[in-house]
Amino acid sequence: MADLAIRQPIPLDPPLVEGNRTYADITNDVARLTERKPPRAWYIAIAISGTFALILLGMLTHLVATGIGVWGNNQPVGWAWDITDFVFWVGIGHAGTLISAILFLFRQRWRTSINRAAEAMTIFAVICAGIFPLFHTGRPWRAYWLFPLPNFDLNMWQNFRSPLMWDVFAVSTYFTVSLMFWYVGLIPDLATMRDRAATPWRQRIFGALSLGWRGSARHWNHYEKAYLILAGLSTPLVLSVHSIVSFDFAVSVVPGWHTTIFPPYFVAGAIFSGFAMVITLMILVRKVYKIEHLLTMNHLENMCKVLLATGCIVSYSYAVEFFTAFFSGNPYERFVFVNRVAGPYAWAIWTMFACNVFVPQLFWFKRFRRSVPAMLAISILVNVGMWFERFNIIVTSLHRDYLPSSWGYFIPTWVDVLTFAGSIGLFLTLFLLFMRFLPAVAMSEVKGVLPVPAKAVRQ
Amino acid sequence: MSESRLYGAVAEFQTPEDLLEAARAMRQRGFTHMDACTPFPVHGINEALGIRRSPLGWLALVAGCAGCAGALLLQWWTGAVSYPLAIGGKPLFAFEPSIPITFEATVLLAAFATVAGMLALNGLPRLYHPLFQHQRFQRVTDDAFALVVEASDPKFHATETPALLRNLGAADAQLVEEGD
Repeated sequence: MADLAIRQPIPLDPPLVEGNRTYADITNDVARLTERKPPRAWYIAIAISGTFALILLGMLTHLVATGIGVWGNNQPVGWAWDITDFVFWVGIGHAGTLISAILFLFRQRWRTSINRAAEAMTIFAVICAGIFPLFHTGRPWRAYWLFPLPNFDLNMWQNFRSPLMWDVFAVSTYFTVSLMFWYVGLIPDLATMRDRAATPWRQRIFGALSLGWRGSARHWNHYEKAYLILAGLSTPLVLSVHSIVSFDFAVSVVPGWHTTIFPPYFVAGAIFSGFAMVITLMILVRKVYKIEHLLTMNHLENMCKVLLATGCIVSYSYAVEFFTAFFSGNPYERFVFVNRVAGPYAWAIWTMFACNVFVPQLFWFKRFRRSVPAMLAISILVNVGMWFERFNIIVTSLHRDYLPSSWGYFIPTWVDVLTFAGSIGLFLTLFLLFMRFLPAVAMSEVKGVLPVPAKAVRQ
Repeated sequence: MSESRLYGAVAEFQTPEDLLEAARAMRQRGFTHMDACTPFPVHGINEALGIRRSPLGWLALVAGCAGCAGALLLQWWTGAVSYPLAIGGKPLFAFEPSIPITFEATVLLAAFATVAGMLALNGLPRLYHPLFQHQRFQRVTDDAFALVVEASDPKFHATETPALLRNLGAADAQLVEEGD
C-alpha cells in the first residue's frame, strides 16, 4: 500500500489505447492539440459560445441594474428557473468527480483517457451553477455575508441550522477541492508541456504552472499518496454535495419536497446528467480533434452503460416518489403528484419521463451503445430530461400548495431564458479554452496504461 | 569565476523495467543517494531506491480532525453563545443540523493539507534544479527513464559511476553540474 502498487494487470483486450502507441506518441498526440492552430470548427464553436457568454454578462448586468424582478419568479413560485439551473449545473459537475475519484478508487483504468476533461467539466459546471444563487440573492456584492467572517455592517452571525447555509459550504468546498484535485493531476503534464515548449513564453508560463516538477521518484511517491487521499476525500464529498442540495428541498414542509428519498435520488440524477454531458462533450472532442484512438469506442460504451444504470436508478426513484405519495395517505402530497402528471405542467413531467426513463433504455442494445449519432442524441435528450426533472420538482410543487387561493402559473421571462442560454455559452467557452491551452488528456496517466510496454523492442 | 561543483550522474534508460533493474543493481553495489526521474510513476522504484512511504496520510488526518473540531466549535459558539437566535423552538446548538457543515469543513481542511503537504514534502514550487541544466533531461517528462546518482553519495566517482551506469544498460550517462 506504500504506493498505488495495487496494480491490476492492464487489460489488453480490448486495449485502453488503440493503435500501438509509444510513450512519445502519447505526448505528441495530446500536446500537439495545444501547440498547433486549432481546427476551424474550434473557431466557429467559440464564436457561438462566446456570444452566448456575453449574453449572460448582459443579462446579469441587466439584473443587477434593475432588480431580480426581471426574472419570472414571484409568489407563489419563488424559486423557478434560477434554482432549476443551479441544480442542473451542480448535477452535471458530479460526473467529473465520479470519473476522477470513484472510478479511481475502484481501479477502473479506462478512466485515464477521460478524467482530465471530465474534471475540467466539473469545475466549469460548478462555476455556472454558482452564478444563479449568487445573483438570486439580489445583492451579489454582499455575498461575503454568507461566510462566517467577522463583519461590522451586519453585527450578527449566519444561521448554521439552515440548509441554505449548508449548501453554501457544500458547493464552495466542492469547487475548491475539485479545483485542487484537477490542478494536482495537471502538474506532471504541465511539466511535459514546459519541457517541449517551442517558445520562451510557453516555457515560462508552463514552467511557472508546473511548479518545478521533475518527475522524481520521491515526487511521485508523495504525489500518488496525495492523489489517493484526494480521491478518498472527493468520493464522500461528491455524494454529500447533491445530498445537501436536496436538503434545500427535503428539509422544508412543501408537499412534493418533504421526502426522504431526495438525497440518493438527487445523487443518482446528478451522475446520470453528468455522464450524459461527458458523453456529449467527448463525442465532439474526439471528432474535432481526431483522437479516436485515445477516446475509444470502448470508453463511450462504458459511459453508456453507466448512463443506463443511473437512468434505471432515477426511474426507480420516480416510482418510489409516486408510491410514497400514495402510501402516505397525505392528501396534499397525493395532490401534488396527481397535479404533476395531469395538471397544467403535465407536459413538463411527460417530457421528463420520455427523456429520462424511456430513451436511455435503448442502451440495453449494443447497437445503440456503439453508435455515435445515437449516443449524441440520447445524451442530449437525457440532459433536457434532467433539466425538466428539476423544473418539475421546483415549480410544480410550489405553484399549487396548501391554499387554492394562492395558486398560480409560472411563466419564465426572456431574461430567465437568455440567462440560462448564456450559462451554457459560458460553460462551453470555458471548455473550449481548456481544450485549446491545457493538455486535455492526462498524459502521465495514459502512459501508465499503455497496452504494450512501448519501446520494449530494444536494440 | 568559481569552478562549478558536481551535482551527480544522470543515466537514461528506455523502459521502466531497465530502470528498475539498474536501480536494484546500483543499490546492491552500495549506492544510497539515488533518485529516478520518470514520465509516470514506476511501480517498484520506491523499494529499489529505498524510499520510505509518504507520511501524507497522517497530515490529512490531523488537518481533517482540526476542520471537524473547528466547524463544531464555530457553529456552537456563533449560534449558542455569541448571537443566540431562537428559531421555531429548535435548540440553539445540536449535533444533527451541524453535521453537513462539519463534514464539509473536515474535507476542505484535509484536502488543503494534502495538497500543501505534497508540495512542501516535494520541495515545490521551486524555480531551479541542477537537473534542469541537463540537455537530455527534458525527455524524462516525455518517454525517458532517468536514474540519478548524486555526487554526495560516498561511493560516487566522477568517471567510474557513469561507466558503471552504461554497463548496466543506460543509453546515455552524463555528469551534471550544480550550477549557480
